[in-house]
Amino acid sequence: MRFTFDGVSYDAVSGDTLAAALLRNGVRIVARGPYTGRPRGIVDLGAGEPHAFVQVESGGAGEGEPMVRATTLEVYDGLAARSLAGKGRLVDAPIEARYDKTWTHVDVLVVGAGQAGLLAALEAAQTGARVILADADPVRSDFIDDLREFPEVRVLGRTTVTGAYEHGFYVAVERRASSSQRLWHIRAGRVVLATGALERPILFPDNDRPGIMLAAAAAGYVTRFGVRVGNRAVVFGCHDGALASALTLLEAGIDLAAVVDARPSVNGPLVASLRSSGVPVLLGAVVTGTSADADGILSAVHIGSEVLECDLLAVSGGWNPNLHLYSQAGGRTVWSDEASAFVASSTVDGMTVVDPPRRQHGTPPMTLWCVEGDPARIFVDPHRDATLADLRAAVDGGMRSPEHVKRFTTIGTGADQGRTSGVTSLGALADALGRPVGELGVTTYRPPVTPISFALLAGRDRGPLLDPARRTPMHEWHESRGAVWENVGQWKRPWYYPRDGEDMHQAVLRECAAAREGVAMMDVTTLGKIDLQGPDTGAFLDRIYTNKFSSLAVGHCRYGVMCRADGMVFDDGVTARLAEERYHMTTTTGNAAAVLDWLDEWLQTEWPDLRVHTTSVTDQWAAVAVVGPQSREVMRALVPDLDVSAEAFPFMTVREADVDGMPARIFRISFTGELSYEINVPSYYGLALWEAVYRAGEPLGITPYGTETMHVLRAEKGFIVVGQDTDGTVTPHDAGLGWAVSKVKRFVGERSFRRADTARPDRKQLVGLYPRDPSTVVAEGAQLVVDPDAPIPVPMLGHVTSSYTSAVLGRSFALGLLHGGLAHTGETVFAVSDGRADPVVVTDPVFYDKEGARRDG
Amino acid sequence: MLSIPCPHCGDRDETEFHYGGQAGVAYPADPMTLTDEQWAEYVFMRDNPKGWFAERWFHTAGCRRWFDLERHTVTYEIRR
Repeated sequence: MRFTFDGVSYDAVSGDTLAAALLRNGVRIVARGPYTGRPRGIVDLGAGEPHAFVQVESGGAGEGEPMVRATTLEVYDGLAARSLAGKGRLVDAPIEARYDKTWTHVDVLVVGAGQAGLLAALEAAQTGARVILADADPVRSDFIDDLREFPEVRVLGRTTVTGAYEHGFYVAVERRASSSQRLWHIRAGRVVLATGALERPILFPDNDRPGIMLAAAAAGYVTRFGVRVGNRAVVFGCHDGALASALTLLEAGIDLAAVVDARPSVNGPLVASLRSSGVPVLLGAVVTGTSADADGILSAVHIGSEVLECDLLAVSGGWNPNLHLYSQAGGRTVWSDEASAFVASSTVDGMTVVDPPRRQHGTPPMTLWCVEGDPARIFVDPHRDATLADLRAAVDGGMRSPEHVKRFTTIGTGADQGRTSGVTSLGALADALGRPVGELGVTTYRPPVTPISFALLAGRDRGPLLDPARRTPMHEWHESRGAVWENVGQWKRPWYYPRDGEDMHQAVLRECAAAREGVAMMDVTTLGKIDLQGPDTGAFLDRIYTNKFSSLAVGHCRYGVMCRADGMVFDDGVTARLAEERYHMTTTTGNAAAVLDWLDEWLQTEWPDLRVHTTSVTDQWAAVAVVGPQSREVMRALVPDLDVSAEAFPFMTVREADVDGMPARIFRISFTGELSYEINVPSYYGLALWEAVYRAGEPLGITPYGTETMHVLRAEKGFIVVGQDTDGTVTPHDAGLGWAVSKVKRFVGERSFRRADTARPDRKQLVGLYPRDPSTVVAEGAQLVVDPDAPIPVPMLGHVTSSYTSAVLGRSFALGLLHGGLAHTGETVFAVSDGRADPVVVTDPVFYDKEGARRDG
Repeated sequence: MLSIPCPHCGDRDETEFHYGGQAGVAYPADPMTLTDEQWAEYVFMRDNPKGWFAERWFHTAGCRRWFDLERHTVTYEIRR
């Protein structure tokens, strides 16, 4: 396999990580300090790597992915990577790599496929349990042959369990082959943590040079990859594990210049083996510094005045049990002098933590965090270029808590999350404070254990798959006529239908004029619709709406307002009584699900005695509004058997009829103030209905219109849109809907109207606004102020909620919420937005047809 | 991601539910007879204990039934 690193081509062996392949090819410098620019080499074998984060530039797994650990990235033929200095570069192109998500349930999740993990998985499998065994490294197949006979066992190699959440919920990242990643969501009955331990370094001056590695990592490159990581080495440690690593290096034929052990006396077979092989073992000694060659690569190790030439310094300060997931799940840790580590000290429900094996053969470990020396050259967190001098500055500044020191020094905040530096930096802090490390306690680990790319979290939920799109049955017709779309909740609604050369402004003026002067049609399928049935439906609606519905005659409609208990407007719409015990409610398009939930909540939790059934029928009905003074002519052509005259089919009534062979409900309601009919048919007929209306209206030049025109027309009439002209702080009275609030029956929210706050005269209330300049359309959301030049903070009196140009008024106009509302009629205030202050005159919010003369045609 | 035991559907992920706040806060029999303070207590004020908390959940994306359970606000343990 061939790969390139910093533009140079190299060979790799199958199974190599990028780090192994670089070491195999003698590449020592793989990164630079982000602030110091100091050369840095590979330190670790796996996810603890603090230096070797690379930018992947080739196709495949992390196509164009920044900040990928060279120690966990498997080389594939054609891999191209570049070294970094602490920061990656975001790639501007869309990612082609595949990112998937999956969900599963298991009886037992085993994290870590070492000996303990394999055994735990096997024992669980033998009971018939469904098991996932996950390991961050590839799981070697010869180890798992025994597991293969169990169909309910799944072995996930290259899979990092990154988060432990409530009730046995775990998230894991699986890196598959060279082309994709998969995010696992696992609900586990039990979890076995067999995640072993993480080796920690010892701090000393110039401890960051390329050639200085963790001892077990150096040994691991030898045994796992057959890579000779140096020719002549010094091993520095304070526990038997370092001696074991020294022996491994020795057996691989690496010349050991010395083994330096800080413990004053050491017994046992390891030290005996080293000495019998002729390796100088210096006891009670420490590494006090290092030298580098012209490239900055390690050339010698200083032990006091003694200088030993070498190209590898293998360091080990001890082992930290890997308790990230345990800590995330709420487990606590305590310092153990015996283990020289923070160990688990509590239990977590459903979690078994396997103690990592103690690599201890003779003399107990010594706790050594840091060797004295120039603190500015001792790198506590090399990933952040943070030194012991920085840490001491924090302590001198009065900081005591590890959390404060972490934020001040940035130690442990890098992409490596302080995996290698964390506990050691805590030890250095304890030294600086003169306190035992156990008193400081470790910071709480939070997910993720290793970084997850946003691309993986997004998965396929991007572009058109981000959110389901709801389309009406007439969608294709709108599309074929060049409709521009507006997203309303999940619905795709035609915004306007531009004709050749028209911009939005021109199209909307034309559509508005058609609705006011001729005839126009709109797809109103998206309106929320709820079917309510049962003998108590009228009484129920009386309690939910501010106005009365039990008195509504069958075949009639009424506009209703509903409030939350706090008395603020929650939704509005027209509800019709179809039969004695059956009502058809309509809701705001974006609020349909919330209204149904609201109704169900009251029926189930407060008034279970009421016999009412609710059913969402939004998707069951398609609807077309036929609007304008000529709409009656269209209806006559379309439904010749129905008398559509104002007398026979009056405003606010509903009729059932056969429309061109389709069973229809026709509502004589109006959201524009014009004569209009809203025809509902079962959704299946939606397109046929639309086409039938269009055919019937064609001789009159019927004009399809979209949501923008709808908004202009309703605003001209002062009809509010809940959520646009209201915001959860607006009572019906504030919105000019006091006429719809009953004084003779009880309803939800009523009591709140008597609160002192809702009775204030200076509440923000709905007003109309005329810009002084009739060609200026003020910005929606613009603040209303009396004096735009007043000293800051300028008193805010309200804001603009809707603002348009009106064809019929021949000028711009707006709606807004203003302190004191219509008491300011005739006054001028300023609409301030983006550095502009436009004078606007306060006026009645009904701009057109105040007397309501147009609704009957 | 809580695993919530719906009495009708069994254990389901939290994302299927809507949270309904504190349980046992009844709508007053006659709100109009309450003082502003009493009404405000019903509308705005809820307990916020550290420990066991009786609360309401609505299985929005399932059986669409409301039910009560007790949840420990520190450990997230759930009991019914």
